Amino acid sequence: MLAFILRRLAQSVAVLLSVAIIAFAMFRFVGDPVNQIVSLDTPAEQVEQVRKDLGLDKPVYIQFVRYIGNALKGDFGQSYQFRQPVTKLLAERAPATLELAFMSALFSLLVGIPMGVYTALYRDGFGARLFQAVSLIGVSLPTFLIGILLIYLFSVHLGWLPSFGRGQVVKITENWTTGLLTISGIKALILPAITLGLFQMTLIMRLVRAEMLEVMRTDYIKFARARGLKTRAINFGHALKNTLVPVITIAGLQLGSIIAFAIITETVFQWPGMGVLFLKAVQNVDIPIMAAYLMMIAALFVLINLFVDLLYAAVDPRLRATIRES
Amino acid sequence: MTETTAQRKETSMLARAFDSDLWHSFKSSPITMLAAFIVLVMTLAALFAPWIAPMNPFDPAQVYLMNANIPPRWLNGGDPQFLLGTDDQGRDLYSAILYGLRVSIFIGLIGVAIACTLGVTLGLVAGYIGGRVDSLIMRIADVQLTFPAILIALLIDGIVRGLLKSAAREDIAFGVLVVSIGLAFWVQYARTVRGSTLVEKGRDYIQAARLVGLPAPLIMIRHVLPNVIGPVLVILTINVGLAIITEATLSFLGVGLPPTQPSLGTLISIGNRYLFSGDWWIVTFPGITLALFVLSINLLGDWLRDALNPKLQ
Repeated sequence: MLAFILRRLAQSVAVLLSVAIIAFAMFRFVGDPVNQIVSLDTPAEQVEQVRKDLGLDKPVYIQFVRYIGNALKGDFGQSYQFRQPVTKLLAERAPATLELAFMSALFSLLVGIPMGVYTALYRDGFGARLFQAVSLIGVSLPTFLIGILLIYLFSVHLGWLPSFGRGQVVKITENWTTGLLTISGIKALILPAITLGLFQMTLIMRLVRAEMLEVMRTDYIKFARARGLKTRAINFGHALKNTLVPVITIAGLQLGSIIAFAIITETVFQWPGMGVLFLKAVQNVDIPIMAAYLMMIAALFVLINLFVDLLYAAVDPRLRATIRES
Repeated sequence: MTETTAQRKETSMLARAFDSDLWHSFKSSPITMLAAFIVLVMTLAALFAPWIAPMNPFDPAQVYLMNANIPPRWLNGGDPQFLLGTDDQGRDLYSAILYGLRVSIFIGLIGVAIACTLGVTLGLVAGYIGGRVDSLIMRIADVQLTFPAILIALLIDGIVRGLLKSAAREDIAFGVLVVSIGLAFWVQYARTVRGSTLVEKGRDYIQAARLVGLPAPLIMIRHVLPNVIGPVLVILTINVGLAIITEATLSFLGVGLPPTQPSLGTLISIGNRYLFSGDWWIVTFPGITLALFVLSINLLGDWLRDALNPKLQ
């Protein structure tokens, strides 16, 4: 077991290192970082000084080590656009994105699982067919189009919900603001959360349906029926419980892509999160922000992956056996 | 004489195609037939856009700003000249959609072609040669899988922006878009092909080809490729839809095609700006077109996956 954990850790570090190489290469070779700091009429000695301060006169591998060292300390350099530390900019916007991602994950689970169970139990019913059709449409519609549709219906047409921004936010700590404590904040969160979560919701629905259909065929469900257990107890106590392990895995893995996909939703709803910051960085070639965002997403994915794998090994006896054999 | 044999062979192949399981399963699914019909009609309309469309929305000489934001023909204030109304620059929306669909399909197809060629080649090489080459390619694939395709495409776009001057950027926007889509989607092909190549490699006919002394590239292309290409077709179909969505999303985010050569995504992004002033048609019609096309492709892909899956028959 310890060997397995160590191997997985080594793999994770390797992935992170290769992403760091890409991030560093972007930082170093796409545009000259010095040119972004000095102006046209800076004297040549000062330009050289800046180059030295940044350590750019050293060999590339030393620069890389230095970059990694700084990254580990949470220092990703200065944004070219804002002239502020990248870490500070990201930290300011992180609460908005995390709140949005968390709420949409919650939405996709709370709606997707019941829908999946329903479509599996009443496979040929009208409702199940309707859900299936809706899920296919949900997969086919691009996220931004769903957002626009929702805005048109609920903001422009009905005027129920706001179409942009976070509403009124409350400051909890120095860096952490939340919209969950005010009515306008919650109202502002509804449409973006649904937009972002819709795709994951259809994914979870399809997954739960497929898993449920599989489990319902197994012998222990037949045996439970033969014992005369109530249908309700079989469906939820036995069948659903056994489908939840893969569902939770996928949901966990999707959390990372929710944060990445938030770029689109944040743009549609002018949500002041990290996604909008990243998009602006892409448009204005603000490499330090792009590199830092890349590293952040990679770290997030790797952490979630690692966690899920270890959890699996801890929960599933079959997997533990194979690990021991190898 | 040779001509007639060739003809006979052709008719028999057609007859075989119409008698195959695939065709029968196609005929027994009305939704699939409808989807195929929609894809066919829209592709043809896009292909022949210059002849069908009432005007050329790319030609500044035919566009008048005075005609901006006219509602569809059947509404109050509509102009009989513009069936679906006009956009903010006075372009006929119906024509712009036809031309936009053309751009979207074109980008989708080329992007997927790049992804497929790259992925299949790397998958074949990784699976057939194995060893260090295999682990190198697959590790790269693993790292890339950590990022959603849209993020990869955005990053490539940003890097290209950094490397090129802004003037050159507009000219090659199309190329950048296609390459980013290609690089964003190759992993799935590589993994699928590598998996089936590993299985095929151990088969007798490959051993025989090796014994005869055929060079490895020839064995890969002539003998392995035809036997591993089946699952690729399914991914290909579904990926065309995904690529079109990705293109539309990038154009919507403002890093895709410039507004002078609008794709469906660009049109939607223009329309989004006028949503609050009540000019709903600019966003609605391109949106419906995009959704209908991608939905139909996905339906076809779903059907193909089930029809080619022996377990479900």
